[in-house]
Amino acid sequence: MQQTPCTIVKKERLIPGQTSKLVISCPHIAKKAQPGNFVILRVSAQGERIPLTIADADPEAGTITMVYLVMGKSTAHLETLEEGDALHDLCGPLGQATHIEQVGTVICVGGGTGIAAMHHIAKGHQRAGNHTVAIIGARSKNLLLFEHELKSFCDEVLIATDDGSYGHKGFVTQVLEERLKTDKTVKEVVAIGPVPMMEAVSKTTKPFGVKTTVSLNSIMVDGIGMCGACRVSVGGQVKFACVDGPEFDGHQVDFGELRQRLAAFKPQEALSFEAFKERHGK
Amino acid sequence: MASSESSPKKGKSPTPRVPMPTQEPLARIKNFAEVALGYAEDQALIEASRCIQCKKPLCVQGCPVEVPIRDFIAHLQKNDVQKAYEVIKSTNSLPAVCGRVCPQETQCEGNCILGKKGEPVAIGRLERYVADTYMALSACDQITGKPECPLINEDLKVACIGSGPSSLTAAGYLAARGIKVTVFEALHEVGGVLIYGIPEFRLPKGIVAAEVAALKEQQVDLLPNWVGGKTFTIKELFDEGYKAVFIGVGAGLPKFLGIPGENLIGVFSANEYLTRANLGRAYDFPHWDTPTFPGRRVAVLGGGNVAMDAARTALRLGAEEVRIVYRRTQGEMPARHEELEHAVEEGVILEILSAPVEFKGDSQGRLTSMVIQKMELGEPDASGRRSPVPIEGAFQELACDMAVIAVGAGPNPILLDSTPELKRTRRGYIDANQDTGETSMPMVFAGGDIVTGAATVISAMGAGRRAAKEIARRLLGEDAA
Ligand SMILES: Cc1cc2nc3c(=O)[nH]c(=O)nc-3n(C[C@H](O)[C@H](O)[C@H](O)COP(=O)(O)OP(=O)(O)OC[C@H]3O[C@@H](n4cnc5c(N)ncnc54)[C@H](O)[C@@H]3O)c2cc1C
Ligand SMILES: Cc1cc2nc3c(=O)[nH]c(=O)nc-3n(C[C@H](O)[C@H](O)[C@H](O)COP(=O)(O)OP(=O)(O)OC[C@H]3O[C@@H](n4cnc5c(N)ncnc54)[C@H](O)[C@@H]3O)c2cc1C
Ligand code: SF4
Ligand code: FES
Repeated sequence: MQQTPCTIVKKERLIPGQTSKLVISCPHIAKKAQPGNFVILRVSAQGERIPLTIADADPEAGTITMVYLVMGKSTAHLETLEEGDALHDLCGPLGQATHIEQVGTVICVGGGTGIAAMHHIAKGHQRAGNHTVAIIGARSKNLLLFEHELKSFCDEVLIATDDGSYGHKGFVTQVLEERLKTDKTVKEVVAIGPVPMMEAVSKTTKPFGVKTTVSLNSIMVDGIGMCGACRVSVGGQVKFACVDGPEFDGHQVDFGELRQRLAAFKPQEALSFEAFKERHGK
Repeated sequence: MASSESSPKKGKSPTPRVPMPTQEPLARIKNFAEVALGYAEDQALIEASRCIQCKKPLCVQGCPVEVPIRDFIAHLQKNDVQKAYEVIKSTNSLPAVCGRVCPQETQCEGNCILGKKGEPVAIGRLERYVADTYMALSACDQITGKPECPLINEDLKVACIGSGPSSLTAAGYLAARGIKVTVFEALHEVGGVLIYGIPEFRLPKGIVAAEVAALKEQQVDLLPNWVGGKTFTIKELFDEGYKAVFIGVGAGLPKFLGIPGENLIGVFSANEYLTRANLGRAYDFPHWDTPTFPGRRVAVLGGGNVAMDAARTALRLGAEEVRIVYRRTQGEMPARHEELEHAVEEGVILEILSAPVEFKGDSQGRLTSMVIQKMELGEPDASGRRSPVPIEGAFQELACDMAVIAVGAGPNPILLDSTPELKRTRRGYIDANQDTGETSMPMVFAGGDIVTGAATVISAMGAGRRAAKEIARRLLGEDAA
């Protein structure tokens, strides 16, 4: 076992300036990464520890894939790295792997950058022999991610765009609801994306009594169960998203609390981003 | 509960203890620089001369790693710092750390014979003086030639999981005997609580870094960002050729109170608050990226070192009012005396005989106040301390926008969950032999907070040393260990 720099071997700007995909060489993590796992990384010596989902892993090639949305300072800094550059720190795989069983039909709903994270989980469900349906959505056609990747292995890929520029016009939840009304073989719904989307999906599935799994993006610091920053309320109990999750039963999650806690550091995040933009002449 | 320095003396005490120079309270709450400044040469020599060189030195009995205290002080009395350092180093691999953070009043100094009549020798301060002075000296050593490091046997590999004082001590001991050691640390910096928990103003990071650099010279490999139980398992270590494993992963799981409102914005575990400040250097935000929370009126719950550190950190980060809320009285607080004293000097308010019962917030989910239940002292409990008993109907509301919970920690679950074959105690800690550190798994040893529960730096070091001795004995045979 040795420390080798975790280098970016491939970078793809999926939506320029907004979303990118990185393939990173880190054999020790690639070997272990399961669907549902995430990593904690730092871009620089002074950087913050931020969590990103492992969107794909190739143990043979020794690489993992991550897809991120430029949100603030740390992801903007990450966006400045190019192929050949190394991450300062990369730690993982962390979190519980997705619980995957052969159950029948599984619908995987992805929104925004969450589609990438969902993609690794959908792959797991497909491999386990489930009839796997992906429902993905974005504001508009040019913001849609991973359509081709998903089409390469999913049994069905359904698409929704807010502006109707592609697929169903409207939200993924409408497509999901239609499906649940007509298809009684659906045994599980997985939703990954922005908090409001995961909340809406959970509301949609509730009347149908279909098991619903969401992946919570609470604020994390260490990612190994030592700080409690990531605590979320699930079924009235306090859980640590980094070690007990990040996936939980969507019908039990207190989404309101999660939304509030995600806003805890808003003013500081803005400050940090401004300082960064100034330094980088933007 | 004033310090020994200010308590009235009975009988005749030869000379008073030399006080420790410190930064002025008003100045120091505006910076993160060290509070206690350390003795100058003349002060150290005067203090050392107070030691009467007992035939049967009681002080040593109070030291978990058995530093030959009398002997190091004897060298110091002759102003031979190098010899004094060698004596200390023979059993203590982190003297600059211990001189700063050990609870001396209950250990060596608590046993010193001079304490019976007056004030004990300031053993901790002398240890710190020796370690710091030698660290400065050893820079010249680079030119004059250094003691050779032993040849490292790459076939005899030992892994230490976690990089707190227990692992660092075990690593140092083994490397000194020619064994190749790899230290795996989950976080991005090495040092455990010494780095992420204890603040800069009490234990400068440079001191920890210097101790860690010494290990690197002994060819110890340090691997940050490697998580035992996630990135690798114990079984894989043996498959990779490691001959023994030492587990020193600490007690990092934060305890919460289980009272309403605990997830409001502004309520933190001490671990989160201190990790942001120390590991993330949040006091230097936005130069460093990790933010911290700008508490104005802060309540810290608990009465140990962790609570003191959180309270004093909050002051330095600009809080206007900081209270320590503790359910017993000042006399029962488990914190080191010096830290409690420093905290009070700096303006921390002690809200004693108070137990939190609820956090209240606004519509945005932000903390606005805390309800406390007033207590009184009842009968002594199992720990010998008088137990707090609620006074019926006595509640009080404290306005606060930040609360830090510092009421203890449990065993960190990550490694343990991946290693179910490791036998645990009833409280969930690793069940390890007291003398050797051996666990229920062959050639797997454990020590420090993950065995004892949250304890002290020196007890973790003692455990690391005992386990390393046993590992060396098994790998090298009786004599070499
Ligand atoms: C388990 C997990 C997996 C994630 N996977 C992905 C992913 O695959 N792709 C992706 O684009 N994003 C992912 N995120 C979110 C990602 O971590 C945040 O977008 C990132 O930390 C933002 O950092 P920033 O400095 O760029 O932005 P900031 O300006 O710091 O923050 C912007 C927003 O990001 C969130 N955030 C800030 N700091 C953290 C933190 N330390 N941990 C979590 N959230 C934070 C807050 O909601 C904040 O409002 C994941 C989060 C978690 C917890
Ligand atoms: C804020 C604070 C102040 C304190 N003040 C004092 C004091 O003044 N005096 C005193 O004597 N004691 C003090 N203590 C207690 C003392 O620091 C601890 O008793 C001591 O550090 C325990 O040492 P350890 O080696 O067992 O583990 P720790 O120092 O806890 O280190 C354990 C390390 O293991 C790492 N780890 C955990 N899980 C894994 C894993 N799965 N894989 C890899 N690495 C892992 C952790 O990240 C951590 O770095 C204080 C503690 C705290 C929290
Ligand atoms: S007990 Fe006190 S006086 Fe005696 S040797 Fe130890 S430090 Fe010196
Ligand atoms: S991020 Fe610290 S406990 Fe989960």
